[in-house]
Amino acid sequence: MSNSKILANGVDVYYGSKQALFGISMDIKEKEVTALIGPSGCGKSTFLRCINRMNDLIEICKVSGSIKVDNEEIISEKTDVVSLRSKIGMVFQKPNPFPKSIFDNVAYGPTIHGLVDSKNELEEIVHSSLKKAGLFDEVKDRLNEPGTSLSGGQQQRLCIARAIAVNPEIILMDEPCSALDPIATAIIEELIDELRLNYTIIIVTHSMQQAARVSQKTCFFHLGELIETGETNKIFTNPDNTKTQDYITGRFG
Amino acid sequence: MNNSVAKEKIVSLRKKRSLEDMRFKYYGFTAMCLSLAVLVFLLYTIFSKGYTAFQKTIVLLEVDYNQEVLKLTPDSSDEEMEKGKFFRVKKQAIENFFPDLSKSDIKLVKKLFSINVDNEIKDYFLDNPEVINTKQQIWVTAHSDVDQLLKGNSRRDVPEDRRKLNDIQLSYVDQLVEENRVKQVFNNFFFTKADSRHPEIAGVAGSFMGSLFTLFTVFILSFPIAIGASVYLEEFAPKNRITELIEVNISNLAAVPSIVFGLLGLGVLLNVFGLPRSTPLVGGSVLALMTLPTIIIACRASLKAVPPSIKEGALAVGATKTQAVFHHVVPLALPGTLTGTIIGLAQALGETAPLIMIGMIAFIPNIPTGLTEPSAALPVQIYLWVESAERGFQEKSAAAIMVILIFLFMMNAIAVFLRNRFERKW
Repeated sequence: MSNSKILANGVDVYYGSKQALFGISMDIKEKEVTALIGPSGCGKSTFLRCINRMNDLIEICKVSGSIKVDNEEIISEKTDVVSLRSKIGMVFQKPNPFPKSIFDNVAYGPTIHGLVDSKNELEEIVHSSLKKAGLFDEVKDRLNEPGTSLSGGQQQRLCIARAIAVNPEIILMDEPCSALDPIATAIIEELIDELRLNYTIIIVTHSMQQAARVSQKTCFFHLGELIETGETNKIFTNPDNTKTQDYITGRFG
Repeated sequence: MNNSVAKEKIVSLRKKRSLEDMRFKYYGFTAMCLSLAVLVFLLYTIFSKGYTAFQKTIVLLEVDYNQEVLKLTPDSSDEEMEKGKFFRVKKQAIENFFPDLSKSDIKLVKKLFSINVDNEIKDYFLDNPEVINTKQQIWVTAHSDVDQLLKGNSRRDVPEDRRKLNDIQLSYVDQLVEENRVKQVFNNFFFTKADSRHPEIAGVAGSFMGSLFTLFTVFILSFPIAIGASVYLEEFAPKNRITELIEVNISNLAAVPSIVFGLLGLGVLLNVFGLPRSTPLVGGSVLALMTLPTIIIACRASLKAVPPSIKEGALAVGATKTQAVFHHVVPLALPGTLTGTIIGLAQALGETAPLIMIGMIAFIPNIPTGLTEPSAALPVQIYLWVESAERGFQEKSAAAIMVILIFLFMMNAIAVFLRNRFERKW
């Protein structure tokens, strides 16, 4: 249990009077890929957004329970959301690069956090982040072009580079491939496999195959409840719960 | 059998549907043509009434700069020259305008010239002091009555007692035309002079500057406040009853008749705070209050149009809320914000009623040089001129409308330009 990175305990989420998550408890290990799967509206994205407090943006959303990241409680008034988010990067469903140059997109995070003292250092971070995101070779000659001019898959990798640039420990991915074609998806999946060596990754996905390919742990959500969690191999071959069984074999969802 | 009936039904319905399509297109086209026709008619009326205001009539006058009459010498200093007796020179020149004028005729001839002729004779002399003791042929401004007659704006076939110029004056004018001692040139006075009681020397420069100063005040006051208010309401304010109430009231304020804001200016700015009456400062403040809601609504709309994913992206890399808003949302909303502001300013430019309330309707014959100097504004100037009985002011008001329309057109062009220039795709 020593290398547990995120420890959720009894997390309830309400949107207004509607309860979206019911007592979610979960233990996420360091440097592993955990996939959250389940039918639409089951609360997996909601849970993901609790981890970096993105739900704060939604006025009517109320979160209770406990989530500990590195043994520090984050569901609390006292949590410093800004430092939390610099520790936990996020990649969204739709690529959302800033309408700025490719360079500025990646440089934004390090700049606002004051991670760099000189232009050279900044350049170094931008280049290494783009390399880690597997995008550098494709864009090295046009770093000054707008990030929005890239293809969808490239944009998503740019967003991953942007998240990596602030040197996070955890990366949350909210259906990062749902807007991409199969080739771009394959590239991102490969990238996730590489990133696992350095980062703890939690990925929400609708694609069972994707979950099976990239993750070590899988959590199955249904109607706001965590039905089953375990080794990906086990979930996909021999789940304990019949609902999980039904979902992964395509009988509902 | 059944099948073919159904098919027929489908075909006839499809015909009906395409007809509907055609009809709607036709209606739309007609509506557009109609509004275009009205616009063309409006512009044509304004232009045909106003274009003559850009010309003035000048008359050739022989002036004798006799040093005795002027009470000057060739060695006089500049200050002495300023005080030369130019009115006597003018009097003499008019007396000799036509050979053998009787006393009563001199009075009539005098009325053919503008009141400004004294100044023109003087300015000519001050520019060329070497003409002392010589006779000079100078083109001077004709009286508005002559101007209107020659432009064909006032008729000569009406009974004498209903004319500005009597029969003798008419014959003099005809004689001038015959001798080529009268012509029409570009009316520089219209663009360089302020308002005047005399149409031939009345111009829009004063009210134009007044409008410019007023708009400057409006911009300085309303732009920062509107940006601040809309950014706060859109991005920071908690969504509760109070902010809802504020939002509703902003929309309500946008619909308040402008004259109410004028009364507010009169009651509060002039009477309580004692700010100077008839000034662009007060006019601009009142118009800023009036346009603020409009600008706030436009700013909020453009802030709202920025995709939330951009802000989320910034927050996800650890930007604070303020950073996310000011680094990403506000710059993206800026073109829309500027467009909204310019449209608000355009609204302020055309506003008359509140300015009347705070006294910008006063007759101001000077061109203002600052925010605290009394001045007129373009729409009020138009109102004043339209109300004037003198025929010469009619073309002036139409021409002033052209000036304000061009002003508005340019502001809108700037708005479009800014929008296209800074609009970004995401």
